[in-house]
Order: sequence, then C-alpha cells, then structure tokens
Amino acid sequence: MSYDATFRVWRGDADGGGLQTFTVAVNEGEVVLDVIHRLQSTQAGDLAVRWNCKAGKCGSCSAEINGRPRLLCMTRMSTFGEAETVTVTPLRTFPVIRDLVTDVSFNYEQAARIPAFTPKPREADGNHRMQQVDVERSQEFRKCIECWLCQDTCHVLRDHEENKAAFSGPRFLIRLAELDMHPLDTVDRRDAAQDDFGLGYCNITKCCSEVCPEGIHLTDNGIIPLKERVVDRRFDPLTWLGSKIGRRPKG
Amino acid sequence: MTATAPRGTGGVIPGRGDGGPAPRRAAIPERTLRTDRWWVQPLVTVVVLVLFIAYSTFRAFQNAHYYATPYISPFYSPCITTRCEGDSFPEFFTGPSWISPAIYILVLPLGIRLTCYYYRKAYYRSFWLSPPACAVAEPHRRYTGETRLPLVGQNIHRYFLYAALVFNVILFYEAFRSFRDETGEWGHMGLGTLILLANAVLLFMYSISCHSCRHIVGGRLNHFSAHPLRYKAWTWVSKQNARHMQYAWISLFGVAFADFYVFLLATGTITDLRFF
Repeated sequence: MSYDATFRVWRGDADGGGLQTFTVAVNEGEVVLDVIHRLQSTQAGDLAVRWNCKAGKCGSCSAEINGRPRLLCMTRMSTFGEAETVTVTPLRTFPVIRDLVTDVSFNYEQAARIPAFTPKPREADGNHRMQQVDVERSQEFRKCIECWLCQDTCHVLRDHEENKAAFSGPRFLIRLAELDMHPLDTVDRRDAAQDDFGLGYCNITKCCSEVCPEGIHLTDNGIIPLKERVVDRRFDPLTWLGSKIGRRPKG
Repeated sequence: MTATAPRGTGGVIPGRGDGGPAPRRAAIPERTLRTDRWWVQPLVTVVVLVLFIAYSTFRAFQNAHYYATPYISPFYSPCITTRCEGDSFPEFFTGPSWISPAIYILVLPLGIRLTCYYYRKAYYRSFWLSPPACAVAEPHRRYTGETRLPLVGQNIHRYFLYAALVFNVILFYEAFRSFRDETGEWGHMGLGTLILLANAVLLFMYSISCHSCRHIVGGRLNHFSAHPLRYKAWTWVSKQNARHMQYAWISLFGVAFADFYVFLLATGTITDLRFF
C-alpha cells in the first residue's frame, strides 16, 4: 500500500533556514530515510543528508523526527499515521552545515581528550588475562555506535552552548566508566571525570538512555556508577579514611 | 572508535544559554517539535508528589492519632520521646510538647528520597523543568547541575541509605510487634499487621534497590571474579535496581496508606479486621 505523506524538512545552513513542506509517496515497509531519499531523487536534488549503512549500525543518519532525536534509518513510517505530518530537522545541539547535516566535531574533540586505555603488564607467558564477569560491564558500553543522539538530547549541551567548555556529554562519561571499570586498566579517571569532563553537570534525567538506539543503559549502568566512584574518591569521608589506614587502595 | 577520529576541526561558539538556538546551529524557533503529550508525565509527577508532601506534612505536624494499639504509624516510627503515644520504642528524651515526635526522625527518610537518583530525575524534570522532557528546551538561562552547593550535596546519598537501612530494621521490628494484641499477648494478627509488614518490605526493597547500595555491595569492584559472593549480591541488587523507580513509587504510596490506616483506627473511624 502506498500513500502520499506530508513531510516538513528543515533546509538551510548556518546563516538561516526553515521548514519546507513536501508531499511525497510512501510505500509499505519504508523508513524515514527511504522517504528522504525519495525527496532527494524527485523534488529536492540538493537536499543534504548524511547516511551510510541503513541498518542502524553506523550512526550516520542521526536527526530529529517530530522533535525526537532518532536514526532516520531505524524509524519506520508505520509508526506515523497516514495523515500525520512528519517533521525532520537536523540535530539541534551541533552547528549546522547544510540541511540535515551537522558538524559533530565537538564529539571527536572530546574523544581525543579521554585518557587512553593503559593495561597492566602482561603475564609471564605474554598474555593479558581477564574473566568474562569482570569485563562484561565495560562491554555494554562498547555497543555504542557513536550516533551522538545522546549528546544531542542532553539538555546540558542542548540548552546551554556555553557548557560545552566544561561538559563532555553522556557518550564520554560512559567511555570513562567503561575504562574505569575495565579489569586490566591501571589509570584512575575519577578526578578527571569530575574536573575535566564535567560529571557533576549531569543531573541524571536519563534522556541519553531514552534515545540510545543500542539500548545502552547510559545512566544506570555508566554515569551513576561513575558518580558513585567519584563519591568514593571525593565526597565520602569513610572511604577517604579507609585509603589512609590502608583498608582501601590509594588512588 | 573515536580515537581515530579527526580533530582540530569545527569550533564551539558560546550560545545564548537560554534554550534558544546558538550561533551556527539550525535556526529552529520552536522550543520543541515534539507532537506527543510530553507534558503529561511531569504534570502527573508534580500532582502526586505535591499531594504526598501535603498529606505527610499535615500528618507529621498533627502530633495525634498516630498510635492504635498495637500499631504505630510509620511517620512516627521510631517514636523516641517520652511524649509519644504508646510505648513502641525506647524513649530517649522529653521534647517540647509542641514539637511532634515525627519531626525528629522524618529528616532521614526525607533525605534518602530527596537525594535518590530516581527522585532526582523526577523532580529535576517536573519541578525544576531541567529539562521538562527529553528534547524540550528548559527555561533556565544558566545551568551548573550538581557542581556546586547546594546540589553538590546530593553526593551524600549513601549516608542517607545507611540511615534508611536502620529505619528498615525498626519498621520490621514494629511490624513484628504488631503480632501482639492490645494486652501484649503474642498470637495476634490483624489487617494492620499485614499493612505494616508490607510497608516494611516495600521500604526495604526501595532501600536495597538503591544505586548507592548497588555500588557498595559490589559495583565499586573491578574484579568480580575475585569476589564471587559480592558479585552474586551485586547481580541480585542490580536486578532490583532495574525496578528502583517502581519501588520508589509503590513504597511512597505504601507508607502513606499505612499511616492513613493507623489514622483511621486511632480516630475510631474503623476497627481493625482481626484474623486471629
């Protein structure tokens, strides 16, 4: 079954722009990205959109659909009514390049600041060994496809551009958590998480978890455990005392 | 992974910080383009929490109708002054008669709820609108999160957890005491016994499913394999932690209902349904 849908697509660049309305055919089983491609091929040949795998694994086609951060390729048209207007806009948190394409280099700049994985020395036979139960928490965060939807929806960055100087965003807080929980890593990232990456800015309102297309529990499994580790280090006099009298490792 | 990503491109230009589009961002004047009823959830949260706060404040200051032998309202448990109704708990001092015994203790249950990771989400969204819902602009000009006083104080949550666990033991103690009848003889059970017991269980599950508890029992470890018992405990607490929001709400309703039941008994509005 095909029908004609009404699409509003933001078109413009850093100097300005607005929503343009299109009527475009939709076929059964299609996703929003299919319709955007049809728009490109039939009505708006110069419409800029970033995409790649069409399978929800490359994280390229992030945008906002009816105001919600989503992957264009993973949003089925069947989730909308046939009479419903579908509004597609670029990620609001990042500078726009053109149409639906934004400059997400802020995220790569933050990634480059993360203290690198630093494993302890290899064992006598030249191997690193770790148990599955020790590493599976970190593995959840390795599912991240870096689509930046969590960065886009986080109000700390979205509503306060000035916070980008102090807060790296949820994706990088779970990267810090991933490394801090890793059984082979030797670097203590707790001070850096608080002082350099702005962990204290997060008020755990969980929007990052709501939009993650990989279903990563960023807040419950990453950011809150990281906050608790920082509490151990900075705000809990008992753990501080424990480290002083040798009942807990220093660091 | 991002380690191979290009760097040194792009740039950050400070924006207005008022929820509006910053320079170089797409010019979209609407505060949100969401078409669903995103405002329902924060509204319901505000209404329910305001109702609970109003009821619990009234009852805490009422200083009456909180004891109906052998039941004591959880708002007044433990009752630690000589002015308490009944003799459910050791009395440590005599306070001024105009101060309700509930005032001395309620700061601790209030503290764990106020600093709870779930309730923080709930009230930051619904009361402070920071943000009111995902991808809906907040109204504040500046935002510093939990980086400075007073909100940096949220980090003492685990100390309220320790206090809450002591309260949990006391509430179980009070629930078990209600297996005695009006004359102090064991072998009694009424509907109030079950209500106090259910209340103690729900509040215990709320405490044990807390994120700080999850960290303390094992989350702080990096080598679960070297601590199999703590790993088992952490796995169980993690399962409960996934339901922390549900426990937070059910235990909130439960404690209000338990208090209301004791209030009805104490005022003589109803009589306790006695099983044996």
